[in-house]
Amino acid sequence: MITHPKTEELVQAVALWIDQVRPGLDPRNAFLARVAVNVLSVVERELTKGPAAEARASEAFAEVLGHPGEFSALNAELCERIRSGDFTETTPGLLEALRTLAFDQLAIDQPKYRPEVG
Amino acid sequence: METPVAEALPKLAQRLAGEGARVEGAQRLSGGASMETWTFDIVSGAAREGLILRRRTAPFDPETARSISLATEAALIRAAAKNTALVPHVRHVCDDSDGLGEAYVMVRAAGETLGKKIVEDSRFDGVRPKLAFQCGEVLARIHATPPPDGLNLKTVDAVLELDRYEEVYRTTGAQRPVLELAFQYLRKRTPEPAAPVLLHGDFRNGNIMFDPERGVAAVLDWELAHIGDPAEDMGWICTNSWRFGRPEKPVGGFGDYADLLAGYEAAGGRPIDLARLRFWQMLGSLRWGVMCLTMYMSWQTGVEKSVERPMIGRRVSETEADLVVLLEQGL
Repeated sequence: MITHPKTEELVQAVALWIDQVRPGLDPRNAFLARVAVNVLSVVERELTKGPAAEARASEAFAEVLGHPGEFSALNAELCERIRSGDFTETTPGLLEALRTLAFDQLAIDQPKYRPEVG
Repeated sequence: METPVAEALPKLAQRLAGEGARVEGAQRLSGGASMETWTFDIVSGAAREGLILRRRTAPFDPETARSISLATEAALIRAAAKNTALVPHVRHVCDDSDGLGEAYVMVRAAGETLGKKIVEDSRFDGVRPKLAFQCGEVLARIHATPPPDGLNLKTVDAVLELDRYEEVYRTTGAQRPVLELAFQYLRKRTPEPAAPVLLHGDFRNGNIMFDPERGVAAVLDWELAHIGDPAEDMGWICTNSWRFGRPEKPVGGFGDYADLLAGYEAAGGRPIDLARLRFWQMLGSLRWGVMCLTMYMSWQTGVEKSVERPMIGRRVSETEADLVVLLEQGL
């Protein structure tokens, strides 16, 4: 909401500070500090990319389910339809919707990860 | 309260190398909620022996534990060694008089275990093309090892694995449609049961020590050993989570399916279909996804407070991306 600083800038500032103090830490804490910086990178990406990713996933889920809705409700319904055997890998649009969801989430969580090759 | 390790080691040194033996360079290498690894040397006169201590720091409950006891682990490593599998040399299994709790000592060997180094470091360029074949060979020797009597190893098959991981997944309360679909998809494609064998249970790049000249040097980390389908161990090393950024090389990020299967057969293993291996590979991605969720849960419920745990929860999406590609390809 506020732009001076933006939320993601606050997160960046903390990450930079951790990086500054990291060289002085013992090996275990230096490792955990690196993890902490990674955590903050996820938070930053979720802040900047999360809303669009959720909107895309909601749209794709709504298409498969045949009605609009809010993301968590659509997601829960989709899980239930798959679990009950109602939806399978051959359900039109399902794999495409799951691809959208999974790859958008991967871009937030672990952008360097190289997924299985098709 | 158990004696701290640093205080107990000098006594152990005298037990293993005689009076006058002393400990040098004792250092904790890693530790989690329940397990510690220490490196130390025993020096006796002019002789120096490099050793590794593995010990459990939390009580072991054989009913609920997924892992086996350290004594069982040591017994299996010794049995596999007898069957010419490349494994660590177990030097000593600790008892009460050592004051170290549940623990054993193995001979420290030189080599590389970091998966990323194996797939990237130029020191391994020469040997890398041979590694998948060698992994097949060592697996065949492990699988042909008769488990020693009285160890009570668990036996699992694909259906039991799916049941167990689905139950764990349901317990977390997470709602992940990719995982849901993977469970349903795999359930419809469980392979015919295979003659069960001794499995390492965690056979992947990262748990194998490699030598830049010779290749496979020793298979480490036996705590998940059990009895089951030989293709389970093969599928796990082919799961993309253990390819360290080299998805184009399905075996551990360094090799191809054909070499792994050929090495297995060359060392006397019963031939395994690629389709069967790929089933277990996909189940491997699902399994790792659920394991990442449980690591997050261990933080959420307050069992583990390390910042590492919730971050691992954000690795579920890696397995989901892999599973989507595998679902698109089809088994």
